[in-house]
Amino acid sequence: MSVASLAAANPAPSLSDRLSTLIFSRRGLLPALLIVPPLLWFGVIYLGSLLSLLANAFFRIDEYSGTVVREIGFANFVAIFSPANLDVALRSVTMAVAVTLACIGIGFPIAYYMARYARGSGKALLYVAVMLPLWSSYLVRLYAWKLLLAKEGAISWLLSALGLQWLLDGVLAVPVIGGSSLSFSPLGTFIVFVYMWLPFVILPIQAAIERIPGSCLEASADLGAHPAQTFRKVIVPLAMPGIAAGSIFSFSLTLGDYIIPQVIGNSTLYIGQVVYRQQGVAGNLPFAAAFSLVPIVVIGVYLWLAKRKGAFDAL
Amino acid sequence: MTSAVALNQVSCVFHAGGKTVQAVDGVDLDIRAGEFFTLLGPSGSGKTTCLRMIGGFTLPTAGSILIHGEDMTHRPPYARPVNTVFQDYALFPHMSILDNVAYSLMVRGVERSEREKRAHELLEMVRLPDAARRRPAQLSGGQRQRVALARALINRPGVLLLDEPLGALDLKLREQMQSELKSLQRELGISFIFVTHDQHEALSMSDRIGVFNKGRIEQIATPAELYERPATRFVAEFVGAANVLSGAGAQTLTGHDNAMIRPELIRFGAEPGARARVTVAEAQYFGAFWRLHVASIEGTRLLADVPTSAAVPTVGQSAFLHWDDGAVHALGAA
Repeated sequence: MSVASLAAANPAPSLSDRLSTLIFSRRGLLPALLIVPPLLWFGVIYLGSLLSLLANAFFRIDEYSGTVVREIGFANFVAIFSPANLDVALRSVTMAVAVTLACIGIGFPIAYYMARYARGSGKALLYVAVMLPLWSSYLVRLYAWKLLLAKEGAISWLLSALGLQWLLDGVLAVPVIGGSSLSFSPLGTFIVFVYMWLPFVILPIQAAIERIPGSCLEASADLGAHPAQTFRKVIVPLAMPGIAAGSIFSFSLTLGDYIIPQVIGNSTLYIGQVVYRQQGVAGNLPFAAAFSLVPIVVIGVYLWLAKRKGAFDAL
Repeated sequence: MTSAVALNQVSCVFHAGGKTVQAVDGVDLDIRAGEFFTLLGPSGSGKTTCLRMIGGFTLPTAGSILIHGEDMTHRPPYARPVNTVFQDYALFPHMSILDNVAYSLMVRGVERSEREKRAHELLEMVRLPDAARRRPAQLSGGQRQRVALARALINRPGVLLLDEPLGALDLKLREQMQSELKSLQRELGISFIFVTHDQHEALSMSDRIGVFNKGRIEQIATPAELYERPATRFVAEFVGAANVLSGAGAQTLTGHDNAMIRPELIRFGAEPGARARVTVAEAQYFGAFWRLHVASIEGTRLLADVPTSAAVPTVGQSAFLHWDDGAVHALGAA
């Protein structure tokens, strides 16, 4: 046997061979390689920007020059509690709660059906139907809704064709939620919010319900629980992580959005719009930063309450 | 005396993806009070569907189901006086073990202190008194099995349904649970309807066994009857090892068209009076006995279990087979 063929039978390990051996023999190396880049992204880009936002909230703006003065102070946080700002915050939170409840109310039955009854192509069709809106632009859908909700729009036309114009007029005459037309009323804002965030609520609930073993529901019935009891004692608690996740989406997205209430609704402001105006037109970045902490705090409190209520026990 | 559970000409047809599957086909069953009854059969034979129809999870497409003499064919599960131990135990993951066991009392509105006292008693009975505060995920498979049993028994049902409850346990634990289940059933004096595909399990635990094949019951009998006098070829082959002979080979060896001889009833011996002359084709050591695969001159293949105390058999050796007249069990056709 020649020397060359000996070398070919037992070649020196290549770089990739040695790398593979290294990764294989060091147990912690691969997980570390997987997690470090995203951790850097989160740590530097995401948390960094969040912390700089928080830092900005303590600064103030010089009223004459319009430049940011880097002095620590709490004036911005005090300003949040002015009646006008508090009104905005309260309205936003109320809207977020209402939108979240409606999304769960509409989303849960769809999610339940998708998880427990839909099979094969019917299930795929439902997935597509739920996600289809996410494939097109948010702005396109928003302006489509503006047309649907307008005074001369499709919904108004349909209702009058059905002889239900009085119903629409009656609803629009209700003080807080009404307005001159659906597209100029908080009710319209609400409808569009619910539409926009519904997929984000349906999908996590669907995933949670799908994880409930069918035998658990059968066991509940077997042990004497009526369907309503099974729903309350088994299905809802086990779906709760999904409901919590979905509600965090709809809640935080509503609190942070500034485009929907600008296009649809009356001229009342929401948190997102105030932040947008403060950092843009008014150029008061410190106050915008302080005000944008409101949703963060509200969601923090919401999560804490959800955890205390045991929403994540079934995780 | 009315029977605990009676099935009259029960059938169940599933429609799935354009296909029609006859899962259960005209089954008659009569399970007595206090009886350990096993539904035995290969997977897909309809035994689990039968159990689910008794529990109310699947509705029969024909026939009627009586529980304690009352027609319950279309009653929902929560209105039936039976409880079930599920194959995957189906414990509620979000509840403590105590709440799991007390669930049935909770949904019936029994006061907390009372139901927890009962649940503690049941946990005591299944020898898990310290698990009350834990979650199902913190228990081993065997412990979860006991919790499922306690949960199903807390209402003192007259009939307990068990759907392959030991399937997920390892062999040692399974054998231990078999004897525990059997003695529990004897103490409680209630009917157990037990589904399994394991013939050893069925033989060792049951008072009576119903053997399922393709949605029908082949035979209902005591374990000994089933083993010694199987009604059909399927039962003979499914329950225990068997030499099932048919055709010319059966005629020459046994004098019947279709017959069965259990391997342990075959002996090796000298030429005079021998039933057959064979050569050993394969020898398997089982500890208590040698299982020999032998072939007669005519080509009939047989299994013979010979004691390990006898001489060590060698492959290729020729031997003479003996058996008593009573060892041959004639089978019906097919």
